[in-house]
Order: sequence, then structure tokens, then C-alpha cells
Amino acid sequence: MVDAAISAPHEVAATRSRSSLRKAMQRKSTVAFFMALPLILLIVLLVIYPALYSLHLATLNKSMERFVGLSNFTFLFNRQTFWLVVKQSCIFAITAVVFKALIGFIVAHFVHNIPAKGQRKWRGMLLVPWVIPPAMSTLAWLWLFDPSYSAFNWVLAIFGIDPVPWTGDAYWARFSVILVNIWIGAPFFMIMYLAALKSVPEQLYEAAEIDGANWWQRMWYVTLPMMRNIIAITALFSLIVTFANFDIVRILTAGGPIDMTHVFATWSFRVGIEGGDIPLGASVSLFMVPILAIAAIFILRDITKRGSEV
Amino acid sequence: MANVAIPVAAAGAGRRPRYGSMSRDRQWALRWSYFFLVLFAIFFLLPPIYMLITSLKTSAEISAATNPWWVFHPTLENYRELLTSNQYLIFFRNSAIVSVFVVSITMLISVPAAFALARMKFWGSATLATGVFLTYLIPETLLFLPLFKMFAVFNEWTGIQLINRWWVLLIVYPTLTVPFATWIMIGYFASIPKELDEAALIDGATWMQTLTKIFIPVALPGLIAATIFAFTVSWAQFLYPLAFTTSTDQLVLPVGIITTLIKGDVFNWGQIMTGALLGAAPPLIIYAFLMDYYISGLTAGATKG
Repeated sequence: MVDAAISAPHEVAATRSRSSLRKAMQRKSTVAFFMALPLILLIVLLVIYPALYSLHLATLNKSMERFVGLSNFTFLFNRQTFWLVVKQSCIFAITAVVFKALIGFIVAHFVHNIPAKGQRKWRGMLLVPWVIPPAMSTLAWLWLFDPSYSAFNWVLAIFGIDPVPWTGDAYWARFSVILVNIWIGAPFFMIMYLAALKSVPEQLYEAAEIDGANWWQRMWYVTLPMMRNIIAITALFSLIVTFANFDIVRILTAGGPIDMTHVFATWSFRVGIEGGDIPLGASVSLFMVPILAIAAIFILRDITKRGSEV
Repeated sequence: MANVAIPVAAAGAGRRPRYGSMSRDRQWALRWSYFFLVLFAIFFLLPPIYMLITSLKTSAEISAATNPWWVFHPTLENYRELLTSNQYLIFFRNSAIVSVFVVSITMLISVPAAFALARMKFWGSATLATGVFLTYLIPETLLFLPLFKMFAVFNEWTGIQLINRWWVLLIVYPTLTVPFATWIMIGYFASIPKELDEAALIDGATWMQTLTKIFIPVALPGLIAATIFAFTVSWAQFLYPLAFTTSTDQLVLPVGIITTLIKGDVFNWGQIMTGALLGAAPPLIIYAFLMDYYISGLTAGATKG
């Protein structure tokens, strides 16, 4: 009797705690957490941790044994190449994004103009530069820009124009890098804008036409306001990708001639991997963070705003 | 005859000629559209076409001063040489293995996570969804140096060599593919009506069954789009393999072509273009067959979510 009385509550408590554990395991939030766990681990270990670690690395000396505070940064500030890289990165990113957006917008309009049944074919053709791996297509451009066998120069020679030093001269090299950048990125804009154009209700144009709006007015008061969000998000996305781009400059010019086409990514690779100074390279790449962060904040604001509208 | 008809029409209906001129305007707009589309198509397709042209030439023809835009003596010698070269096949194999593994890892991580984030709210799930999107915006050029150092330290601690092994790419590529794949899958899952999974839960399905029996089949287009995205990203990635692998038997295609076919100052352009074209082929073939999925994945990042 006594035995039973004592053991009974004990047993009850044990089964209760076991079942509550099982219940907790079956609870929605627990299951959800375990489903998301690999994702969380991946982000924490391979994205957040390295990002913070690069902050730490940036404060070490070349052999990574001694804490040197901010001297990597002051070293960079006193180097002319660094300021060249800052300037070039900004020029590349801004020029390339503006032209990509313009060309994408124009081409999207032309595709939108033609009869619907031909659109698929044209869209398919025009997206090809985006599909080819950038490293591969940049090789084709490198060959087109070849100093002695450039196929472009051959065409120019027909018209009696002197050969252009596409990658040999600093200014032409910058032009070439931007051109390849536009070639790869414009189709992405085209696709995004085309999707946005299709989502503008036809009635708005009809209403505008009845009100006597001309082509420019319809563009300015109907198309652009309706597409504003997509235009902004696409441009910001592209700004991030273009600003942090590595492949094109690396393959086309490798930063030359005389560092006149280096951007943050290629220079930090040159310094960090090829030069063996990982802390200095990490410091260089950290300078991308402010601009990336600003773009990211704007994108996030747009996306959450849209989320609350829906 | 025509002279007679015009005054009649003009007198009969004053607005008629205006309609005529408008449709003429439209026709001209159409003509101009096609004209410019052809120009842009030439600009966009020129490099791949030139790749093909060069790949069909012999080295003698490439260095001859003939018209570079035409193949006078077409040959498949470059293709034969590359496809029988052990080295190139190793690059191709490495790329294929890496891509297949990365796609599998990506889908295994991102599909359950997207389901959890879209349907099963838990503590911090909204923050995590935003975090996933932000992670997608972090470029690889910011992370390759700390990762390089991390792997070196890891080697010191455990003795496991990660640098200069192709499978290090299986660890780093998911950082590029998983966030975006998760993000677009959240969008697709969120668009599935709630009644569907509620009905399944009432019928006694577990969450796992709801995911595999209902969400994955219904969101299959999204799943395909995410798969294509993961494949193209891992096939095209250039910076990570360039930084993390150096031995020729560990290289993937893009890095392999650039480091081995360019020997010193001698550029064998026929082979380089052939290699690049063959390297571009898998994504192009997938795109040709699954264009709609490809494009829906592309636009999903900004139009959904």
C-alpha cells in the first residue's frame, strides 16, 4: 500500500515529463526550428562568422600574429592605388548600372511592342548573355579585344579607322570593362522590365489615350510610376552585383594597365591571395560594405513595404 | 479610280483618315521595333557566335590575316583535341560533380527551411526570413579571404586539408545558392492556399507529410526554378575555385580553362574558345529547354516575397 502510494506519483511525473518532451518535439515551432536548423547553421558558420572574422583579420599584421589596430586602414589611405580603386569601382558600378538600366528599358519596350507570339523567341535570344557563365563570355570578349587579332579592329580597318587598343590603353580598358559589364547585365534588366510592363493594366493606357496623353506623357505618368518599384529593386540588385564584381575585370585586364582598371574585388584578390597579405586584402574588401549596406537597406525597405501592401 | 474614292471618303467620314494614319504609325513603330531588336540581338549574340566561329578554325587560320568573321576551312580538330584531353575531361567532371552535389545540398537545406519559414511560424522566423534575404545580398568577394583563412586554421586544428581540394567548393557554394533558393521557395510556398495544408493536417498528416505530399508537388515549378538557379550559379562560379584550388586535377571548368589553356603568353585561341563554348553549353542547354522556369526564377527574387 505504502509502496504503491509512494511510487505512483513518481511514475506519473516520469511519464508526464516524457510525454511533455515528446509533445514539445511534436510542437509546430520545434519541428519548424529543426527544419530551418541547417539553414541557420549555414548562415551563422559560413556567412556571419567569416564576415565578423574579416573585421578581426583586418586588424592584424601581414603574418597574422600581431594586433596592429587600424594601421592597415591608415596604410591604405596613404596609398594612391587605393584611391584609384575607390574611384574606379564607383565609376564602373554607376556607369554600368545606368546603361544596363537604359538598354534594358529600351529593349524591353521593343519586345513589348511586337506581336505577342514572337515575343518569346526574342526574349529567349536576348537573355543569352545572362545565361552564359561570365567567365566564359568574358574570354570571348578578351579574344574580340585581342591586341593583334581583334575582330573589331578588323571591321574598323574596313572603314579606315585606326586599331583601337581595347585593353592596352587605360581609358579604353575602362571602357571595355564597362561594355562587357553592360553586355552581361542588360538582359537581366530587360527581363525584369518586361515582366513589369506586362503587369501594367491595359485600361490605364486606354484611359490616358482618351484623355489625350501623348507617348511621352503615357510613359511618364503611367508606365514609370507603375514600374517604379521594379526599376528601383532591379537597379539596386545590379548595383550590388556590379560593385562587387570580380570575374570580368580579372579575366579582361587583371587590373591593368598599371592598376587603372582594378576594382575592390580584384585588388583585394591581388593583395590577399596573390600577395599573401590576407589582412590587407580583407581591409580592402571591407570598404565595399558601406555601399552594399546602403543598397541593401533600400532593397529591404522596398520589399517589406510591398509585403505589407499585399 | 483612287482619285474619285478619296474625296468621297474624306467627305463621308472626317475621322477615317486619322484612323488610317494611326495604324500606319503603329506599323512604323513595329518596323522600328524589329529593326532595333535585330541590332540589339546582334550585339547580345556576337560574342557567343564569335566563340563558335573561332572554335571551328585551325591555329593557322586564326593567325592568318583573313576575315576573322568567316571560317574558310572549318575543322572539328579543336573539339576532338579537347574532348580527348584528359585534363579537360577532369575539369568537366569536377564541375559536374560539384554542381550536382551543390544542387542536392541546396535543395535539401532550402526546401524544408522555406516551408518552415512560410508556414510554421516560430520564434524569430520573421527575422530569419529577412536574414536569408540579406545573406543573398552579401557578395562572395567579401567572404573569400576570411573563408580562406578559416580553412587554413581548420587544417591546423584538425589536420583535415580543405584548401586545394575540389570538395571545399561543396562547403562554400551553398552560401551562394541556399539563401536565394530559400527566398524564392518561401515566395512559392506562401502562394499556396492555407486551406490545402489545413485540410491535410486535419486528416492527420504530419508536417513532413504535408511538405512532401502537398507542398513539393504543388510548388514544383518553383522547385525547378530554384534547382536551375543553384545549378547555373555553381557551374559559373569563378572566384572561389580560383582562390581555393590550384592543382590542375582539382580545378573546375572556368578556372581550368583560364589557367591551363593560357600558357604563358601563348594563347591557343581556337582551343580556348572551344573550351569556353563547351563550358557554356550545359547552362545554355538547360535554358533552351526550361526557359520559362529559368525566367520565373529570375523574376521571382524581386516580384515575389
